[in-house]
Amino acid sequence: MPKTKESAPKGYVGRPLKRVEDPRLIKGIATYVDDLALPGMLHAAVLRSPHAHAKLKSIKIDDARKLPGVVAVLTGADVNDKVGSIPCAAPMPDQKSPQHSVLAGNRVYFVGHPVAVVVAKERAIARDALDLIEADYDAFPAVTDMEKALEKNAPLAHPELGTNKAYSWSLSGGNVEAEFKKADKVVKVRMRHQRLIPMAMEPRGCVASWHAGEGTLTLWTSTQVPHLVRTLLPGLVRVPENRTRIVAPEVGGGFGSKLNLYAEEVLVSHLAIRLGAPVKWIETRRENAAATIHGRDQIGDYEVAVKKDGTILAIKSHTLADMGAYLQLLTPAIPTLTGLMICGCYRIKAMKMDVTAVHTNKMATDAYRGAGRPEATYAIERLVDLVAADLGLDPLDVRLKNLPKPSEFPFKTATGLTYDSGNYQGALKKCQELADWKGLLKQREAARKAGKLFGIGLSTYVEICALGPSKIMAAGGWEWGCVRIEISGKVTVITGATPHGQGQETSFAQIAADKLGVPMEDVVVMRGDTAVAHFGRDTYGSRATAIGGTAIVMSIDKIIEKTKTLAAALLKTSPKNVEYKPGLFYDRKKPKNSIGWGKLAGEAYIAKNLPPGFEPGLEASSFFEPPNCTFPFGTHIVAVEVDPDTGRTRILKYVGVDDCGNQVNPLLVEGQVQGGIAHSLGQVFMENAVYDENGQLLTGEFMDYAIPRAGDIPDYVLGSTVTPSPSNPLGVKGIGEAGTIGSTPALANAVHDALSPLGIRHLDLPLTPERVWRAIRDAKGGRR
Amino acid sequence: MKVRIRVNGTPREHDVEPRTLLVQYLRETLGLTGTHVGCETTICGACTVLLDGKAVKACTVLAAQADGGEVTTIEGLAQDGKLHPVQEGFWECHGLQCGFCTPGMIMAAVQLLKRNPEPDREAICHGLEGNLCRCTGYSHIIDAVAHAAKKGGK
Repeated sequence: MPKTKESAPKGYVGRPLKRVEDPRLIKGIATYVDDLALPGMLHAAVLRSPHAHAKLKSIKIDDARKLPGVVAVLTGADVNDKVGSIPCAAPMPDQKSPQHSVLAGNRVYFVGHPVAVVVAKERAIARDALDLIEADYDAFPAVTDMEKALEKNAPLAHPELGTNKAYSWSLSGGNVEAEFKKADKVVKVRMRHQRLIPMAMEPRGCVASWHAGEGTLTLWTSTQVPHLVRTLLPGLVRVPENRTRIVAPEVGGGFGSKLNLYAEEVLVSHLAIRLGAPVKWIETRRENAAATIHGRDQIGDYEVAVKKDGTILAIKSHTLADMGAYLQLLTPAIPTLTGLMICGCYRIKAMKMDVTAVHTNKMATDAYRGAGRPEATYAIERLVDLVAADLGLDPLDVRLKNLPKPSEFPFKTATGLTYDSGNYQGALKKCQELADWKGLLKQREAARKAGKLFGIGLSTYVEICALGPSKIMAAGGWEWGCVRIEISGKVTVITGATPHGQGQETSFAQIAADKLGVPMEDVVVMRGDTAVAHFGRDTYGSRATAIGGTAIVMSIDKIIEKTKTLAAALLKTSPKNVEYKPGLFYDRKKPKNSIGWGKLAGEAYIAKNLPPGFEPGLEASSFFEPPNCTFPFGTHIVAVEVDPDTGRTRILKYVGVDDCGNQVNPLLVEGQVQGGIAHSLGQVFMENAVYDENGQLLTGEFMDYAIPRAGDIPDYVLGSTVTPSPSNPLGVKGIGEAGTIGSTPALANAVHDALSPLGIRHLDLPLTPERVWRAIRDAKGGRR
Repeated sequence: MKVRIRVNGTPREHDVEPRTLLVQYLRETLGLTGTHVGCETTICGACTVLLDGKAVKACTVLAAQADGGEVTTIEGLAQDGKLHPVQEGFWECHGLQCGFCTPGMIMAAVQLLKRNPEPDREAICHGLEGNLCRCTGYSHIIDAVAHAAKKGGK
């Protein structure tokens, strides 16, 4: 069991240091993929289907080809037999899903489906040429509603599959039926987890370059997962893995949307090889909304068995999950994460979740910030409030009754997980203190007496992070890291974890500098290039620090161990007398007889005074295979007032206490939490990806798809508790998604609490002013 | 057509297609890639630059419209190797994560502080209404601008 890190006074770990990656970003001299310009580079633009489901009757490309500056115009017939199909890494048993070719064949299956590609000398010419392609379609009925998709005689999203059902999956634990028999009451509700669009500020894009002489392909791509791309892409473009280099340069946000291998990455790589010139493709915002993965989109029917005193016995759910038209990398796995976390942070003896996954003529869903866990947390946290409402209990008391005690950890759940460590009551208590809970209750009482719609929302959450042990992952859940003490004594840290905004160039330097006892300025953290970071499983699922950070620690430990022999030789003592404290090896019998990294590094590489058998150099790399996931947790408390005349919600107070284990850099932790909460604000109050019945995406721009702006953000009061994880030596858990997971139900519960005097039981998200206003109007007995 | 624009203090002169957007001119002709393109529809603000001292979204201004004018981009903000107080504020307060919105956000904040050197939180939010960030949740951005204001940062 690791102890909480007690930072030395001069230690870096635990301090809210500003980031080392920032200067290049604030000066505008960082390199994102669209900033790359290679000699002779061509520009690709993709023609996309305007129909959700249609036969592509004919496609005339002659006029486009003739446009001066156009180099090539290619369709599915030209490309699809020369490259492989887009892979899904997590297919379910008996899955019925279509093959996913890079360009459409003679049918299109969603609005935004790539149909043809133009390559030209300039980007503007490529776009002009798209307008000269004449594609003629015969439209078919589209499948856009996942419930209707399962009705008899429903049109089929992919007629060749004979069904819209992609798969069925069940997870159960404990004796569900027996627990339901014991229940005093069964609380039921249907909840819709609306479809969301991740909307990273930088759209996707890539540049591919083929070196014909070396037979090497380099792909710069705006991705979270260059290493996964390197695992998947080579086979598809028929270049050996060891001749493929993937670079994620500066990446402008991902949130899961860049945790994938996309058709355009394959297409652009193929074009570079085929045309013998570098090719760049940059997504437009409209393409980003239509053809980069979406998130959520589940409908759950939930039933909870409870005793009169609020004890939760069991939970059941039937969940429909919209896969979209195709499977992307992890599409089918997302609802299974919902299943794993459906018991939340409660002692629930039995659970059963049945998932039916459905194909529709829409963009694929996949991992968007939280990836299945926000659905679980939202469901269970709303359910707890509904249980309290139906039993006439206080939602706080119901939570306290069902939370496991700190002494019950490691805590086994009915879903088969083992929560590593926790003090759920501790986070709850601290959050109540920060929120002035009693004051809030008084405020609510007074506001309600005055006829105001004032609500308090509470969410106690746990999430699963640091994904994860390889046995539960599609292709390796380890992480790799390398540490090199250079001949000059400077330190190079290389991580396979590919941070892209999270700040590990700073936090990993803090970890390394502390362990090595060197100034942080002497440490550089490299990431994102498979030619530099030879291995990696990249950044997603809040895994980078817990798993990637540990690989760094392991590598440093190896170097220290190895260096003891060299230090002994140079100190003229026996290796067993050599002790290490950060920065210094010394003879424990004569502590003044010591030597530091600078001298040791020189000797290790110049190699004239090495002890027998000492391998020159000071470098070590490590794979860390985590024994378990980590389980961050916390409490969020929100107070709101709803304006009955407009349906608009005003957030009066927002307090969050998150426990992500030990914190390497509290400033970065706070940034992650704040950013995560903003995604929740979006989901709760404004965001909704809307397709009409013909499968047209109605929210394909920022004009129609609202994301929070600065003025939408409340003043946050954020705190933390620290319960180290036993699953890694740093004792860290992960914080990238906690804000999004913990916040959504707190906000929603607050609005529902505000509306409860009107008898409004449950409204689906987003709680837009219109939706809330209509509910208030209906509750008051119809039109006014 | 010919455009003459003073960019970050240096007079520039180029033949461009009439349809060339200011952001294209800056990024592709001048190689000033610090100004980013996030939506091409004037909404996200990643492409914000100063044109004759006013913040504009360079994705919907033609290079031709800037002819004869003066443009400041993020690259021109630091003077003599010293960061502008707004840049300092963003660094000090962790006002950025992925950094993609940051140049536009900083340029918008520079103009905001020029107009109102002592903005309260509400005024900062109002001034940044036209700039989207998906990483930070804005709170640290607001802190960053307040920090710059305190340092007298115009």
